[in-house]
Amino acid sequence: MQRIYVDNAATTAISPEVLEAMMPFMQEVYGNPSSIHSFGQEASAALEKARLEIAEILGAKSKEIYFTSGGSESDNWAINAALSIGAKRGKKHIVSSKIEHHAVLHVLKRLEKEGYEVTYLDVNGNGIVKLEDLKSAIREDTALVTIMYANNEIGSIQPITEIGALCREKGVLFHTDAVQAVGNLPVNVVEDNIDFLSLSAHKFHGPKGVGVLYCRTGLALRGLIIGGAQERGRRAGTENVAAIVGMSAALKQAKDNMQANNIALKKMQAKLIDELLKIPRSRLNGDPIKRLPGNISFCFEGIEGEALLLSLDMVGIAASSGSACTSGSLDPSHVLLAIGLPHEIAHGSLRLSLSNFNTMEEMEYIIENLKIIVKRLRDMSPVWEKLEKEANTNGLQ
Amino acid sequence: MAYSKKVMDHFANPRNVGKMDNADGVGEVGNAKCGDIMKVYLKVDDDIITDVKFNTFGCASAIATSSIATEMIKGKNLQEALSLSNKAVVDALDGLPPSKVHCSVLAEEAVKAAISDYYIRNNIAHDSELFKCTGCCNSCDNL
Ligand SMILES: Cc1ncc(COP(=O)(O)O)c(C=O)c1O
Repeated sequence: MQRIYVDNAATTAISPEVLEAMMPFMQEVYGNPSSIHSFGQEASAALEKARLEIAEILGAKSKEIYFTSGGSESDNWAINAALSIGAKRGKKHIVSSKIEHHAVLHVLKRLEKEGYEVTYLDVNGNGIVKLEDLKSAIREDTALVTIMYANNEIGSIQPITEIGALCREKGVLFHTDAVQAVGNLPVNVVEDNIDFLSLSAHKFHGPKGVGVLYCRTGLALRGLIIGGAQERGRRAGTENVAAIVGMSAALKQAKDNMQANNIALKKMQAKLIDELLKIPRSRLNGDPIKRLPGNISFCFEGIEGEALLLSLDMVGIAASSGSACTSGSLDPSHVLLAIGLPHEIAHGSLRLSLSNFNTMEEMEYIIENLKIIVKRLRDMSPVWEKLEKEANTNGLQ
Repeated sequence: MAYSKKVMDHFANPRNVGKMDNADGVGEVGNAKCGDIMKVYLKVDDDIITDVKFNTFGCASAIATSSIATEMIKGKNLQEALSLSNKAVVDALDGLPPSKVHCSVLAEEAVKAAISDYYIRNNIAHDSELFKCTGCCNSCDNL
């Protein structure tokens, strides 16, 4: 059976070139970068080369790049570091959005329990924050604005340049979770006035368990792990050199191929969206234009997402859903609810997320099978029966 | 979370799936807001369930529990069908993940709701205590 991976927003495959770049650091160059002998210095040189390459791609300086274990750690670190800067002036307020990743949202929930006040901005029906809302939410005591660059579920891209400019004008620190954006979109921390940025290598064909926190110079970054002098004394622990080298190779590859990849991704995306919209009572979630090139998020009324995912898996298609059954909670995804979907529609959500390893033939296979599966599940759904009946009586009137 | 082979089999090849035009009893439980609705149709002949069909909106385990529940009551008399417990449904499926056990409760309730409908339609005296909702599915809110 053919197997198709369209869950690249969850994680991606390591590209062959990235793997090749990493291999020497598994066996040959195994020194500890903190050691002064040649073994250590070779590793250290590779580490600093990776730091510089990543910095240049983001428009940052080397010393503004801190290696972490990934997006979640960077998010946690950035938020707490920004608050400790604000604490010196008694700032206890944070502005964020209702559609953040749990790596931000759950940190904020805990901070609320610890006495911070958080304003969660609404998004419009396409999943985009309104600048006026942000403007009026920022207060004298706002320590941080944290708003994601692009959403992992519905792919909507926020007006980051405008948000960054507004925060700078108001003198408020700005963090963005750019985990889904980096590698897909050109991200520049200077142009966008970003103070803190999180990224994660495994979302752009790099290895898992490695990421970056960008922290603008001039900001006192509170240390995260106390111990040795690694990462300018802010995050102790011997570095994962192979993974860091892989991350840098992956980012470079993503940047070099961004234009070509974007064209190919958008073509496949458009094909899927056009065809899936032909399914009755289906809807595209997220902004039709301001969206990640590989994201396709849909709801199909009358069916439930987990049943849809497992049916797709049985024909070899790996996707994801924001239904309650897949999230392990009673409620469907907070993102789908934030864009105003009722529970019963949000339960029937499906996310397909593409990478440049996907092909147009795969899209054909997905479309063909998805249509069959949606019909099969609807044929046995009492909810669909009701919807059909309503449509018929309305049609008769 | 992993489903047993039995669950996957009943999800992939549900038994007795469909609707019934001249059913003698129909029961619907669940709530679309929560993500599962089950509808069971019965054909009853001389106290025996001669045919049964179901329609389900919900996750794989909701479909599998309704499928196996219909299999377990087909050919049985109403008293036997009424004694079907959610635990029996779970066991017959070789277990369910803890977060999915409520689906088996829903399957039990769907069967009972259909039998109750049959009793009411035919003015047959019955102990309404037996059909008390566990409150699990909130479908009562919709009535
Ligand atoms: C938007 C966003 N933020 C944070 C994360 C967490 O990243 P990581 O898995 O590297 O910790 C993810 C990925 O799951 C994500 O999509």
